[in-house]
Amino acid sequence: MTLNKILRNTFLVLVAGLILTACATTKKVETTAGQMQGDVYTGTDTVEYLASGVPDRVFFATNESILTTRSRETLRKQATWLRENSEITVVLEGHADERGTREYNLALGERRANAAKDYLMTYGVSASRISVISYGKERPVDSGSNPLSWSKNRRSVTVKAN
Amino acid sequence: MQEKCWKDENLKFLKTLIILLLIQFKAYALIEVDITRGNLSPLPVAVSPLASDKKSLVEVEKILKIKDIGSEISLVVENNLKQTGLFNPLTKDAFLQKPDIAHFKPRFEDWKLIKAQALITGKVEIINENLRVEFRLWDVLAAKEMLAIAFTTVPTNWRRVGHIITDKVYERLTGEKGYFDTRIIYVAEEGPKTKRIKKLAIMDQDGFNVKYLTLGNELVLTPRFNPTNQMITYLSYFRNLPRVYLLDIETGIQEVVGDFPGMTFAPRFSPDGKKIIMSFASDGNSDIYTMDLENRIVERITNHPSIDTSPSYSPNGRYICFNSDRSGYQQIYVMKSDGSNVKRISFGRGLYGTPVWSPRGDLIAFTKLHKGKFYIGVMRIDGSGERLLTENFYQEAPSWSPNGRVLVFYRETKTDEKGEGFSAKLWSIDLTGYNERQVRTKTDASDPSWSSLLSN
Repeated sequence: MTLNKILRNTFLVLVAGLILTACATTKKVETTAGQMQGDVYTGTDTVEYLASGVPDRVFFATNESILTTRSRETLRKQATWLRENSEITVVLEGHADERGTREYNLALGERRANAAKDYLMTYGVSASRISVISYGKERPVDSGSNPLSWSKNRRSVTVKAN
Repeated sequence: MQEKCWKDENLKFLKTLIILLLIQFKAYALIEVDITRGNLSPLPVAVSPLASDKKSLVEVEKILKIKDIGSEISLVVENNLKQTGLFNPLTKDAFLQKPDIAHFKPRFEDWKLIKAQALITGKVEIINENLRVEFRLWDVLAAKEMLAIAFTTVPTNWRRVGHIITDKVYERLTGEKGYFDTRIIYVAEEGPKTKRIKKLAIMDQDGFNVKYLTLGNELVLTPRFNPTNQMITYLSYFRNLPRVYLLDIETGIQEVVGDFPGMTFAPRFSPDGKKIIMSFASDGNSDIYTMDLENRIVERITNHPSIDTSPSYSPNGRYICFNSDRSGYQQIYVMKSDGSNVKRISFGRGLYGTPVWSPRGDLIAFTKLHKGKFYIGVMRIDGSGERLLTENFYQEAPSWSPNGRVLVFYRETKTDEKGEGFSAKLWSIDLTGYNERQVRTKTDASDPSWSSLLSN
């Protein structure tokens, strides 16, 4: 890990702390209870499976690229599956919701996919098997304009490349 | 990668466009249009149809399939003037004088009677298969000619004739350069939101003469003109590799800009057209780079573990404004063009993105996101004097008219509960915050970028 990355991750954790404190007062009740935690999607509507019990995607909070506990769990399952199927290569597709400027969201999607890539690598998947692409907000999975739809769209999806 | 694209024939004709100044009276500028206060009292103006002889009418109809070219050109002028919000073109039904006689010598009492303060008359004829146009601008109250210009061009350029007339009239009456003989490059959109098809498109500033530059096979985003309007830089997902491309409109030749091992995006030209500035994303970090188009040398401009993107040069090329989340959130920064002296300039509440430097150099336009609303605004280059011009559910990416008076941007609508009803359209607004208008496009549209004046 480069110094840049270490700095960045520390930085993000700090920011996350700030946001969580900020949100605590304003977002107590979500109408979409059960499908979101904070504003991270926790439902399964859009999720597909790479193999039995291996979800293909992880979700993010608004403007964030930090992996939630649940996301890390999903990625560990993906890592295990990838280690068992060493011929498979994957593309991580990073996405953002529509509530941001186009160019920034391209960068944000890239940052999200890389957060997932770094985690897979930590769990023993070789970097050479993972490529990353950002679609920014160009490929929403849900076309709605509401917080639940947006939460489904803030995602990194692991797609088989071969 | 080479792809045949639309050839820009008009640019060639531009070189043959001859502008002759006949007579010009500057001494009696009684009419003045104050463009700094918005459209409080638009100036009543009569745009007489351009007069034409029978022989020319027959020839024009043969070449262009247009019956009354004089009326058509005057309609272009009328529409342009109306769109500015500064002029109120009067209905032609009320005109008492015939176009040819009015052009020769207006009977000012007739025009005063219908409350016209300015009058535009003209004549159009075919000479050696070329279109010869002359027009005059008259001050009705002072009973004086203010401007008289004649020029010759190919008949297919007839709409541009209308735009050039508007530019000259606008400049004479407001004291500032016009922005009518210009084009807008944008992304034409169709299809459902989850599978949007996007094509590069170019059109005249008033929405006519649309040409598509790509077929829609790959995702394309954020096209921008070079200073001479012959090249475009944009982002293409060709072969699923998001990279900045360069397209020569005249030859149709496209090429990737630089040899980067990852996504490059957010491109713009430097004011001298010699460099492209853009972001390169790698390992979750986006920084700003330039590439010299002559010697292909790539330079890294920012080096920070945050997202640095949406760079835009000052008109003199000495500074760059850009967007960074190094403070934790998206904000606007200014630095010297070598990357030194980075200073944050946006300090208001909310997120700030897509900064773009005014062609006059004194302002930066931006998109602001605050409490779930999107704003287009402007601030001075030190961040002071922030003014929000328009608020909506979603809008972004302002681009300046070449005279720095008007901004064009795009706006998307909310979808309903079923996820339907989505649309994206281009809008324009005056720097004053007045005169917000939808820009006519055939399809949905986004990412507009305004050209400089084509003729000058």
